[in-house]
Amino acid sequence: MMDVLLVLLALTNLALLGSSRLGACINTVALQGVLLALLSLFAPTGECSLRLVVLSIGMLVLKAFVCPWLLRRALRGARVSREIEPFIGYTASLMIGLLALGLSFWLSERFPRLRPDLSPLVLPVALATVFSGLFLIVSRRKALTQALGYLVMENGIFAIGVALSQELSFLVELGVLLDVFFAVFVMGITLFHIQREFDHIDADRLSSLKDWSGRFPKMAFDSETKILREGHE
Amino acid sequence: MRLLDIISLLLGVLLAPLLPGIINRTKAFFGGRKGQPVLQLYYDLYKLLGKGAVYSHTTSWVFRAGPVVGLAAMLTALALVPCGGQGSFLKFQGDLLLFAYLLGLLRFFTVIAALDTGSAFEGMGASREVQIAALAEPAFLLGLSVVALETGSLSLTGIFERLSFETWASAAPALLLVAAAWLVVFLAENARIPVDDPNTHLELTMIHEVMVLDHGGPDFAFVLYTSALKLWVLGALLAALALPARTGHPAGDVAVFLCGQFALAVVVGAIESTMARLRLVRVPQLLVAAGVLSALALFLGLVR
Amino acid sequence: MIWTLVLVPGIAGFLAFLLRSDRPRRILLLAAALAHAVLTAVVCLEGPQGLPGDWLRLDELGVLFLPLTSALFLAAAWYGVDYLAHEVHGPQRDPEEGALFSNEPEAIFIGCLLFFLTTMTLVILSQHFGLLWVSVEATTLVSAPLIYFHRHHRSLEATWKYLLVCSVGIALALLGTFLLALAASRPGCEHVPLLVQRLMDDAGGLRAEWLKVAFVFFLIGYGTKMGLAPLHTWLPDAHSEAPSVVSALLSGALLNCAFLGILRVQQVCVAAGEGAFGRDLLVLFGLLSMGLAAVFILRQPDFKRLLAYSSVEHMGIMALGVGLGGVSAFGAFLHALNHSLTKGMLFLIAGNILVLYRTKAVADVRGVWRVLPVSGALWMLGFLALTGSPPFGPFLSEFTILKGALEQGRGAVAVAYLFFLALAFVGMASAILPMAQGAPREFSEKPSGERLGSIVPPALLGAFVLMLGVYVPEQLQTAIQTAARAVGGP
Repeated sequence: MMDVLLVLLALTNLALLGSSRLGACINTVALQGVLLALLSLFAPTGECSLRLVVLSIGMLVLKAFVCPWLLRRALRGARVSREIEPFIGYTASLMIGLLALGLSFWLSERFPRLRPDLSPLVLPVALATVFSGLFLIVSRRKALTQALGYLVMENGIFAIGVALSQELSFLVELGVLLDVFFAVFVMGITLFHIQREFDHIDADRLSSLKDWSGRFPKMAFDSETKILREGHE
Repeated sequence: MRLLDIISLLLGVLLAPLLPGIINRTKAFFGGRKGQPVLQLYYDLYKLLGKGAVYSHTTSWVFRAGPVVGLAAMLTALALVPCGGQGSFLKFQGDLLLFAYLLGLLRFFTVIAALDTGSAFEGMGASREVQIAALAEPAFLLGLSVVALETGSLSLTGIFERLSFETWASAAPALLLVAAAWLVVFLAENARIPVDDPNTHLELTMIHEVMVLDHGGPDFAFVLYTSALKLWVLGALLAALALPARTGHPAGDVAVFLCGQFALAVVVGAIESTMARLRLVRVPQLLVAAGVLSALALFLGLVR
Repeated sequence: MIWTLVLVPGIAGFLAFLLRSDRPRRILLLAAALAHAVLTAVVCLEGPQGLPGDWLRLDELGVLFLPLTSALFLAAAWYGVDYLAHEVHGPQRDPEEGALFSNEPEAIFIGCLLFFLTTMTLVILSQHFGLLWVSVEATTLVSAPLIYFHRHHRSLEATWKYLLVCSVGIALALLGTFLLALAASRPGCEHVPLLVQRLMDDAGGLRAEWLKVAFVFFLIGYGTKMGLAPLHTWLPDAHSEAPSVVSALLSGALLNCAFLGILRVQQVCVAAGEGAFGRDLLVLFGLLSMGLAAVFILRQPDFKRLLAYSSVEHMGIMALGVGLGGVSAFGAFLHALNHSLTKGMLFLIAGNILVLYRTKAVADVRGVWRVLPVSGALWMLGFLALTGSPPFGPFLSEFTILKGALEQGRGAVAVAYLFFLALAFVGMASAILPMAQGAPREFSEKPSGERLGSIVPPALLGAFVLMLGVYVPEQLQTAIQTAARAVGGP
């Protein structure tokens, strides 16, 4: 059961790396939220305490429903539906995702096995999720995909926490969840503003702030209109 | 040499042309038509074997050798494939590599026979075919290595003898991924939708069809029979993976296997009727996805 | 008592969103800042307190950073209220590109400012690494709307970069937190809570390799937020596009809070005997930050960006100081105080210049001294202070760090340190001094006199810096020494 969840999680990562449609990417991240909520419910042994149930339900609601809804709303009015020509092509991205998966399997051998009863797949898949999230942020042009990459990274780090069976206190875990939610909330609002202001959401075209001396045109004060305008001297 | 081994070979030789018939009949059903008879391929083969053949002056012996070598390769591959859990005609450790190479031999000769005609159409089809095959190979071979790992044998017969529902119970995710990857490879290798449309004759969209455009008469009969055998052989692997039934009685196992083959043909017919063919730039992505599924299954198998 | 420090600005922040009109909201901002300052004074005069098992506690490091943050916020609030009262409402023309833009609603601005103070206080007070993480991420989230106050596309770009780069960095710090918990776990042993004091007491039983890996992740994660090179890429954009009030707070208070995250894990490392590993990394990042910042300070055309890169450089100096250890750590903490006050003053003065001249280009600003006498004087004095001239505070702290480096015999480090400081001095001098002198150009309307609210807060900050250069009070000295010892000082 746990294995099926983890294989599905790995497949969602690969699907994100290989997919170009933004709507499909958002749905895949929502699916990841569901899988993660189920993982957090089933992974810790022993007591099925109230705290566990509350956290799982919170994760389900926030990561699987609310955050994707926020991001979809951020795109309303946007005429983009596909990520075209990312920095690293889709086939290459899939290969790199596979490489990251292999690397994660190798790395997780180095970690101490604190929970022998937990499936051996949890840590590798979690590490691979973090890699996928980082890769999405770095290799994609659209700002929305970068926000999705951040969400995927946080999913992966949470899964690593589950794998290492490190339970931070209930309040802290709730705080982390809320922080991620608010981060997506603020990112969604900013995305909406970017879409309105720039008429595109290509993050690599957000490049007007630079350190070059040609940035400021030579200005002169026009005494007639009383405005500072570009001067010709 | 058990009687059963010979019977499994004969079954393949005799029943392979049924598969395209079943596929076409399913497609007709989906289309609300009555469709061709299920035995149509047999009639076609009989008709074609009686015809004469015309060979262009620009071709050489390669063109004549292509269909013959292909048929020989496929028959040998058929001899390697077990009928469900029962033995195959030929078996030895490592025969799964020979199987993959026999498929490669068939592909190679088809391609060079196509190039031998000197026509642009065949060349285009040949290049596309090779590209698709190059991407489908890793998916197929990785999947083979996964099932070999799970069952601990390097012979096709050995693998499928030991495959059972218990194997599925212990390695379900990996085997499911392999089955999905193999389905995509099956569709790609046999030139089915969504990779290639076997019914199209538009030059821009043909892949397999265009390579065999210039063969006629007995050569074309060999080509058609070879593609039916290829359906049978690859389908045998997939059906045996999906339905590893052990009824205890050899005849029962063979019956289950045949049901699996025919069911697979129906499934392929259904896929062909409900999906459209992918744009050519998307086909490599599909195959890479299948390869990735196989690789993931291999990781899962190695972790255990 | 400590929790009131968090609660007061938090509740004020909520109220700010609910209030309808501007004047009560601005009064609320001032009142909350004043209340926070008073409470801080009361709490700090009692010295480090709190039980070791507490999640919120004022420890040796907090006793330094909290009053600094509070004082800076009070000055910024005063300046900010005056700034908002005279800011144009409705659409204005962007001086750089001539497009129309408007400001964001004041309710959001003031509310987020108060939440900013709340979350920063929470960072300083928290002793639990999980709570620390939540607070640092919260500071990022509430300060993003502050950067996007002037709603044009440059500030939007700066906001996006800030949000994304800092969130990713802080996510890596969360991974570091999990690895720290891994380092603290032992088979069969009960769960050790992630409290700084408890980890330090238990330091012998920590797994060394995982502690080091956790430190690296903390350094990269919180280092992104602190502005250490090469993770500083968001800093120049965010600090230059935000309004000056926000820039002052970001440079002066927030970077220190991020540094606190690194210091806390360094405390644990020192207690576990792994202090040297962390120190070497800090020296490396410190020198890298100083070098990179110095390169970009030379011939920088934008004066707010110039100040932002200077922040990167000074964060490098602080990291270097802690990394060298010994008496340099003392210098580093003194430098934290000096830098925050100086940078706050400079950003506020930059705000005055920007409002009048309506351009951020160094080449177009001339004769500030003549048009805005007090601001011009403070601008030049601030430059002298920032680049380490006596009799100002930063001279003393930078000299102490140099002394520590030479005492340890690390000549190469000292030479690089001096070289980068000299580069920064040259770069800033060539930008700031011409701005203050020369003949000013004509203005659209005759510049009115300098308002009290725009010169008194920076002047007070400058006065503190001057005082710290001449005389460091005894109590402050002991407080800094205790803090330095906590991270592996003498």
